[in-house]
Amino acid sequence: MANELLFFMEVLVGGLLAGTMYSLVALGFVLIFKASATFNFSQGAMVFFSVLAFCGFMQDFNIPFVLAFILAALLMVVVGLCTERLVLRPLMNASEDTVLMATIGLGYVLEGLAQAAWGVEVRRLDLGIGDFPVPWIADNLKLFISALDITAGLVAAIMIIGLFLLFKYTKIGLGLRAVADDAGAASSIGIPLKHIMLLVWSAAGVVALVAGCMWGARAGVQFALVDLALKALPVLIIGGFSSIPGAIIGGLIIGAVEKILEVYIGPFFGGAIEGWAPYVLAIFFLLYRPEGLFGEKIIRRV
Amino acid sequence: MKPIFMTYTKKDLINLAVCMILSVLIIPTFIKTEYWYTSILIPWLCLALATIGQQIVMGYTGQLALGAAGFMAAGAFAMFNLILRVPDLGFVGSLIVSGLIAAAFGILFGLPSLKVRGIYLMVATLASQFFIIWMIDKFGWFKNYDSSGIITAQDIVILGKPFTTPLAMYFVCLAVTTILTLLAMNMARGSTGRNWMAVRDMDIAAESMGVSLLRTKVQAFAISAFYCGVAGALFAFCYLKSLEPVAFDIKLSFKILFMCILGGLGTINGAFIGAAFILLFPVLLNAIGNNVFHGAIDATIISSIEQVIFGLLMIIFMIYEPLGMAKLWENLKQSMKSKLSSSGIKSVKSPVFKK
Repeated sequence: MANELLFFMEVLVGGLLAGTMYSLVALGFVLIFKASATFNFSQGAMVFFSVLAFCGFMQDFNIPFVLAFILAALLMVVVGLCTERLVLRPLMNASEDTVLMATIGLGYVLEGLAQAAWGVEVRRLDLGIGDFPVPWIADNLKLFISALDITAGLVAAIMIIGLFLLFKYTKIGLGLRAVADDAGAASSIGIPLKHIMLLVWSAAGVVALVAGCMWGARAGVQFALVDLALKALPVLIIGGFSSIPGAIIGGLIIGAVEKILEVYIGPFFGGAIEGWAPYVLAIFFLLYRPEGLFGEKIIRRV
Repeated sequence: MKPIFMTYTKKDLINLAVCMILSVLIIPTFIKTEYWYTSILIPWLCLALATIGQQIVMGYTGQLALGAAGFMAAGAFAMFNLILRVPDLGFVGSLIVSGLIAAAFGILFGLPSLKVRGIYLMVATLASQFFIIWMIDKFGWFKNYDSSGIITAQDIVILGKPFTTPLAMYFVCLAVTTILTLLAMNMARGSTGRNWMAVRDMDIAAESMGVSLLRTKVQAFAISAFYCGVAGALFAFCYLKSLEPVAFDIKLSFKILFMCILGGLGTINGAFIGAAFILLFPVLLNAIGNNVFHGAIDATIISSIEQVIFGLLMIIFMIYEPLGMAKLWENLKQSMKSKLSSSGIKSVKSPVFKK
């Protein structure tokens, strides 16, 4: 009995920690949605693009770790700048769906550019943190939890607290919220819309880079990251598109439920149900609470 | 214009006649190489059909859906099992029933559209994509317990006659596509299509005018999935000649979405233009790579460039012409006409719709 409980705990904790990885991807999405009410479908591609560039800098040019990270982050700022100038500004007055489709196109551009520049083979990313159980926890609590999972959890926690504080207590955060509320009104009282957008896209780019590092260290830096990042969408639906805490709670729920279903129900169906379980879970959420756990209620004016 | 036959105008009939002469007489007479049929014309017709399905739900009804490949897979595997297990049904019967099976999935996964829209709906329809592929992959029955993962499609036999040559398969695809395209055009023009468009333009207004949202949306999803299912069956039996779930992954769904959007949302001819463009462009790019640079550019780079260009086009069209290539074609025809008529009357530039 105790063993079963322990096993359940292990599955649960593993799922929760893996869920923070989804949260990291979802976080970038929330940032952009909060500031510009834009669904950025290319967030997954940004994850792939940034981490592949990071790997490329390190492995092809032998640039040291920290410098490569900074370069990749700068690259994401440039991507943010270009996106704001070339994609979002011309689409300022377009409908939501139009912008969404444009970001799907943007995702394609980023994926293609990344592969053209750095090749298509799977790259290994070594962060110096092993993807193996931490001995201390394994000995004392009898739980096998990967060090990488714990790191991802910590990184996610730090980023979320940081972003939360930024949004809540700084002038920039106030500006961001004002823009999200009503871009027109915000710009009329002198909030620099361009800078805000650039800032948000850059921040989302850096978040994507961090998420990409975590995913890359686990699964290798490869195209499949884009599909993994799609799972951030059900996370967002559960957490709410405009809530930073929602992104993390949603990620935790998806991570835990997916792992538990996979371990306990998966074997009856031949496994691999985690491929679709998050989406079905999202559908149930949509039916009962379309705005998500923490999202603002969707009100459509007629 | 006055209708001269049933509700069709002279222009419609001329268009139909031109298309039919072109596809039935001219193409088979002049194109003799198999490559054109097996690699371009057949997949073009199949994908155009799937794109019409996507058009119905996205272009006409305005519901962002992203699961066309899932429904195609449902249709393809339904077809395989029907021919295998219910041989009495015949090819045409199986094709219709497999379309209906896909339609049932369409209804199931279209239900969330009653509650949500935009990206929320997109996520809900992604569930269909992943679920259907997983189901086929995991339950051996669908694949007749074949362990190799790739199943050879049965030969097409209609009324006892085998249709196995590329030309014969082309005619099968052509016949099915023609019938379904005409049906789609009729639906789009009739009250069905007007209901779809009313829901697309303003669902609440449509509802208050007495259009049932439930009926309209579910109907659009069902018909869309039917088209995708039939297209998937043809795609597997005439083009791939094999059945594997991997062929219908999310990438194909995106491809069909691109065909639909670049071709022109809310147009039937846009489906054909978009499908042709997305299919032919990589062929062209490869030809340039091979002939101009003599293979100096790696094939993976070429496919990456292709992806970049598709993405860029998507962005450019969204910014400058959200109505896609069909609209460009329309504009081109207009300007040609005004030049030819030379009566001094300038054609009125059609308004660009931007919200």
